[in-house]
Order: sequence, then C-alpha cells, then structure tokens
Amino acid sequence: MTIRRHHDMGGLDAGAVEQTEHDYAIWEKRVDAIVKVLSTPERKILSTDELRRGIEELGPGVYDNLNYYERWISSATNLLLEKGVITVDELGAKMADVEARWQKDRDTGS
Amino acid sequence: MSETKYQAGDAVKVRAAFPPGHVRTPHFIRGCDGVVTQYVGSHPNPEELAYGRDGMPKKPLYRVKFNQADVWPNYEGPAKDTMVIDIYEHWLEKNQ
Repeated sequence: MTIRRHHDMGGLDAGAVEQTEHDYAIWEKRVDAIVKVLSTPERKILSTDELRRGIEELGPGVYDNLNYYERWISSATNLLLEKGVITVDELGAKMADVEARWQKDRDTGS
Repeated sequence: MSETKYQAGDAVKVRAAFPPGHVRTPHFIRGCDGVVTQYVGSHPNPEELAYGRDGMPKKPLYRVKFNQADVWPNYEGPAKDTMVIDIYEHWLEKNQ
C-alpha cells in the first residue's frame, strides 16, 4: 500500500470542472496581498513552500471544506503562530475586535 | 555550474518512494518510466524550504516526458499522447 497525501490528487475523479470566470472577493485579495508581503525577499517570513506544506497539513476534512484562499489564510496563520510572529492570544483578541465591529455595523444597519 | 547526473534523452524511472513531508513529485507518477527532455537549472530543495530551512544544496531539476498510456491503466486517448513533469534529480533513477 502506497501512501498518497490528501492534496496529491492528480488522476483521481474530480467531478465537473467549473468553467466560468469569477471575480475575487475583497478578503481574498487581502489574503493574497498579506501572503505576498510576508514572502518578500526583505522579509522572508513565509515561503511558498512553507505555505503549501501548511495547506497539505490541514487534513482531509478541513482541506475539502475550505476554499482556495481560506486554505491560504489558514496555513499562513498557523505558520505565523509557529514562528512566533503573532501569539494565539493576540490573534484571539483581534478576531474578537473584528467580530464586535461587524456586529455593531450590522446592528446599526450601516 | 553544478554537476548533473542526467541529460536530454536519458531513460529514467521515477522513484517509487512514499515518504511523509512536503514532496513535489506527484503520487501518480512515482514508479513510472520516462525520458529526460531538458535540464532546467538547480534550485533550492522545496522539501527543505517547506520547513523553513534554506534548501541548500540546490537540487538539479529536469523536464521528464512520459507516455500517457504508460501512466494511466485504461488510457483511451491516442497512443502518441505524452505529458511532461518537472522532477528533481533525487527522485529519478537510471533506467537501462
């Protein structure tokens, strides 16, 4: 039995291929920009290979449930935590801030 | 100039190895026979870069051509169909 990692799915049945073009959501563009900025030669906080490895390690269920840029941001987040660039506590606090702001905007109908 | 083990025209076999970790050699091509078409430079090893290391020493990378019918068990396309995959030298073995 040979071990195939979940992401390495070349040759497997993939179902229909969606052939329509779609624009990227603003958050997707932001994720792309954040990862690019983290990977610049001056910073080298992340590499493409590390990002890919992080995506491969999300695990079959998560990998399938997330879309392309959700996989990117999940991998980048885990790498930033691993490397000590951000802490779990800082991330949690910021996520709570953003959620509160979103709730407030929603409640005030803006 | 770095030393390269293979040149265009060499018959090679992709190693049938299945290590854990970040591997760029697709699963479906491991163990298959192909022919080197081109050396495309030596590059930091992605298997090392993926874990935050520098990827040195660089690894020679080749374009390797495969017959589709040799890769897929029930291939129904024309017999002359081929595919080309970029594969690092340490994933190739000489094929006599």
